[in-house]
Amino acid sequence: MSATALRIALVGNPNCGKTALFNLLTGGRQKVANYAGVTIERKEGRFTTPSGRVLQILDLPGTYSFDANSPDEQITRDVLEGNYPGEAAPDLIVCVADATNLRLHLRFVLEVKRLGRPVVLALNMMDAARRRGIVIDVPELQRRLGIPVVETVAVKRGGAAALVERVDGDMPVAAAASLDDGPSRANLHVQVRELLAATVSMPRQTAELDDALDRWALHPVFGLLILGVVMFLVFQAVYAAGKPMTDLIGDGFGWLGDHAAASLPVGPIKSLVVDGLFGGIGTVIGFLPEILVLFFFILLLEESGYLPRAAFLLDRLMMSVGLTGRSFIPLLSSFACAIPGIMGTRSIQDPRDRLATILVAPLMTCSARLPVYALLIGAFIPMHHVLGIFNLQGLVLFALYAAGILGAMAVGWVIKRIHRDKSEHALLMELPSYRMPKPRDIAIGLWERASIFLKRLTGVILALTIIMWAISTFPGPPAGATGPAIDYSIAGYMGHYLQYIFAPLGFNWQISLSLIPAFAARETAVAALATVYAVGGDSDTVGLAHALAANFSVASALSLMVWFAFAPQCMSTLAVIRRETHSWRNVAISFGYMFVVAYVASLLTYQIARLFA
Amino acid sequence: MRLSDLPKGAPAVVDRVDDAHAADPIAQRLRDLGFVDGEPVRVVAIGPVGADPLLIQIGSTRFALRRTEAARVTVRQEAA
Ligand SMILES: Nc1nc2c(ncn2[C@@H]2O[C@H](COP(=O)(O)OP(=O)(O)OP(=O)(O)O)[C@@H](O)[C@H]2O)c(=O)[nH]1
Ligand SMILES: [Mg+2]
Repeated sequence: MSATALRIALVGNPNCGKTALFNLLTGGRQKVANYAGVTIERKEGRFTTPSGRVLQILDLPGTYSFDANSPDEQITRDVLEGNYPGEAAPDLIVCVADATNLRLHLRFVLEVKRLGRPVVLALNMMDAARRRGIVIDVPELQRRLGIPVVETVAVKRGGAAALVERVDGDMPVAAAASLDDGPSRANLHVQVRELLAATVSMPRQTAELDDALDRWALHPVFGLLILGVVMFLVFQAVYAAGKPMTDLIGDGFGWLGDHAAASLPVGPIKSLVVDGLFGGIGTVIGFLPEILVLFFFILLLEESGYLPRAAFLLDRLMMSVGLTGRSFIPLLSSFACAIPGIMGTRSIQDPRDRLATILVAPLMTCSARLPVYALLIGAFIPMHHVLGIFNLQGLVLFALYAAGILGAMAVGWVIKRIHRDKSEHALLMELPSYRMPKPRDIAIGLWERASIFLKRLTGVILALTIIMWAISTFPGPPAGATGPAIDYSIAGYMGHYLQYIFAPLGFNWQISLSLIPAFAARETAVAALATVYAVGGDSDTVGLAHALAANFSVASALSLMVWFAFAPQCMSTLAVIRRETHSWRNVAISFGYMFVVAYVASLLTYQIARLFA
Repeated sequence: MRLSDLPKGAPAVVDRVDDAHAADPIAQRLRDLGFVDGEPVRVVAIGPVGADPLLIQIGSTRFALRRTEAARVTVRQEAA
C-alpha cells in the first residue's frame, strides 16, 4: 500500500533458509522444513527496522538458476525480473546462500548479480558452517563480489542482526549489469571456483555426521528396513499414544454433557446442546490427540532431512507405478491433508508425474479420516495383542493406511498405461544435511495444526452438525405415529432413500446419511452419526461406540472403513485440484474413479466379510 | 567414462555434460548445478531397486540422479 515501504525479495537456492529468515524478520509462521521446494508461493510480510523504516519482505520459492523449470521457480524469476502480474521488480534483493555449500549457492548469487539490481548477500547457516570448521573471509568475498555480504543464522533469535543493520543503513549500490548472456553464463562456475579458492577454507567437503548416517539410511537393505520400521512405528504410535488421551477427553465431554443435560429444561434447546454439541462436536474433538501425534512425527521427519532419503530409496519403485521419488514428499504430506500435498506437487517439474501425483494424493489417508477410523476400530476391533508386541487395533489402522497406498500404486500404474509417453522423466533431487529438529519449532507446528483443527471444528463441522441435528429433529412425528420419531424427520427420509444406493455395502440409513456431510469435512461423519444416534435415543453423549456396536455388524464396519479409505475426497480437495490443474476434467476424473473404486471395494469387503461372520 | 558407470566410492572429475537431444533441459540443469569440467564427483550410494537412482556427491552437494540422467555426464577417473 504505502509507497514508502522498501520492497525486499528473499531469493536463493532451495533449502538455504529463506523462509526461516522471513519468519525471523516478520514474525511470520510460514512453513520451514529441511528439503528443497518447501515454499511454492510468493509470500509477503512486513518488518519495521529499529530506525522506523518500514520494509515489505517477499519470501520466494527457491531456485537453482534463472532457467526456470517448474511452476514454483517460474514465480521467483518473474518477481525478480519485474514480470510478475501487478508487481514491480523489488527495490532490493537479499540473496540467501547456505554457507556450508557455497560451491553450489554462489553460482546463483552471481546470476542474480547480473540482473544489475541492488543485491545483498546473506551467508546463512553460519552456525553450521562454524561447527564444521568452515572459515569464510567475508571482507574479501565482499570486495570480490562488489556487493555487501552479511552473516546470518536464521534459526536463532537475533540471528539476522547484521542483515537488519545493513538494510537499515544506506541502500547498497546496484551491482553493475552485465548484459552479455552466452559466454559469461558458462563462465559463472569458473568465477565461483576463483572466489572459493580466495575466500573459503573447508576442512571437509561434507559433514561427517551426514556421511555416517547415510551409510545406514541409504543402504540397499538396511535403508529399506529402516524406512519400513519408521513408517510402521508412526502408525502404531498414533494409536497407542492417542487413544488413552481420546478416552480422557471423551469422558470429560460426557461429564460436561451430563451436567448440561441436568441444568437445561427439556425441549429442542436441550436436545441441540446435548445431542448436537456435546454428542457431535465432543466426539470429534476427542480425536485431536491422534491427529497431533501424527503431526508430531511428520514434523520430526520433515525437519530431520530424512524425507528426501526416503524419496531416494523409493524412486525406482514409484517410477514403476508411474510416479517419481519426488512424489514422495507431497504424498506424505497428504497423510496430514491432501490440500497441502496437492499444492506441494508444484515442485515436480514433469507435468505427467505431477498430474499422476495429484490424482493419487487423495488416496493417502488424511488426518480428517483418522477420527472415523479410530471410532470404528475402537468399537469393532478387539484390543488383542498380536505376536506379543503389536496391538490388533494398531494393525488394522496400519492396514487401512496401506490400502490407500496400494490403491495409489494401482491407480498410478493405470495412469501410466493410459498416458503412455516415451519422454524422459527427470529426478534430479538434492539431499540436504541432517538437522536436529528444534523442540520449539515442533511445538509451534503442533500448535498451528491444533488451531486449524479447532477452527474447522467451530466452523464448518459445527455448522454441519447443527444442520444434521435440525434435520434429524424436524419435522416431529405426526400425532398417533408408532415408529421412532426420527423416522419421520427429514434425515430419516433422506437416509432411507440413500440406503437404496448403499445397502449393498452394508450401510444402514444412519451411515448412508452421514456420508453427505462427510463430503464437506470427513470428521463430520463422526459428529453426524453421534447426533443422529443421540437424537434417535440410541445413545447417550459418549456412547457412540456402543450404539454402533449394537446397531451394526463387523462386516458393515469393515466395509465403511474401506469406503473411507477410497471414497471421493472432500470438496476442498476437489477445489484445489481444479485450481492446480486448471481443469474440471481432472476433477471429474478424480471424483469418478474414487467413487467407483470405493463402491466396488466396499461391496467386496462387505460381501466377503459376511461369509466369514 | 560415463558417470552412470563409475563404481561406488571411486573418485573422478567431470569432463563434460552431453545433450541427449537438441536443447536438452536436463543437461542444461546439470551444468547449472555444477557438473562442469574439472569438478570432482563421486557416487556415494546406489538405489536399492535396479541399482537406480544414484546418489552423486559434487562439491558439498548430494544429488539423486537416475541412471539416464547420470549417463549424460562424462567423467575422468583420477589415477589412484
Ligand atoms: N543450523 C541452521 N539451520 C537453518 C538455518 N536457516 C535455516 N535452517 C534450516 O534449514 C532448513 C531449510 O530452511 P527453509 O527456511 O525452509 O529454507 P528455504 O530456503 O525457505 O527453502 P525452500 O522454500 O525449499 O526454497 C530448515 O530445516 C531450517 O530449520 C540456519 O541459519 N542454521
Ligand atoms: Mg522457503
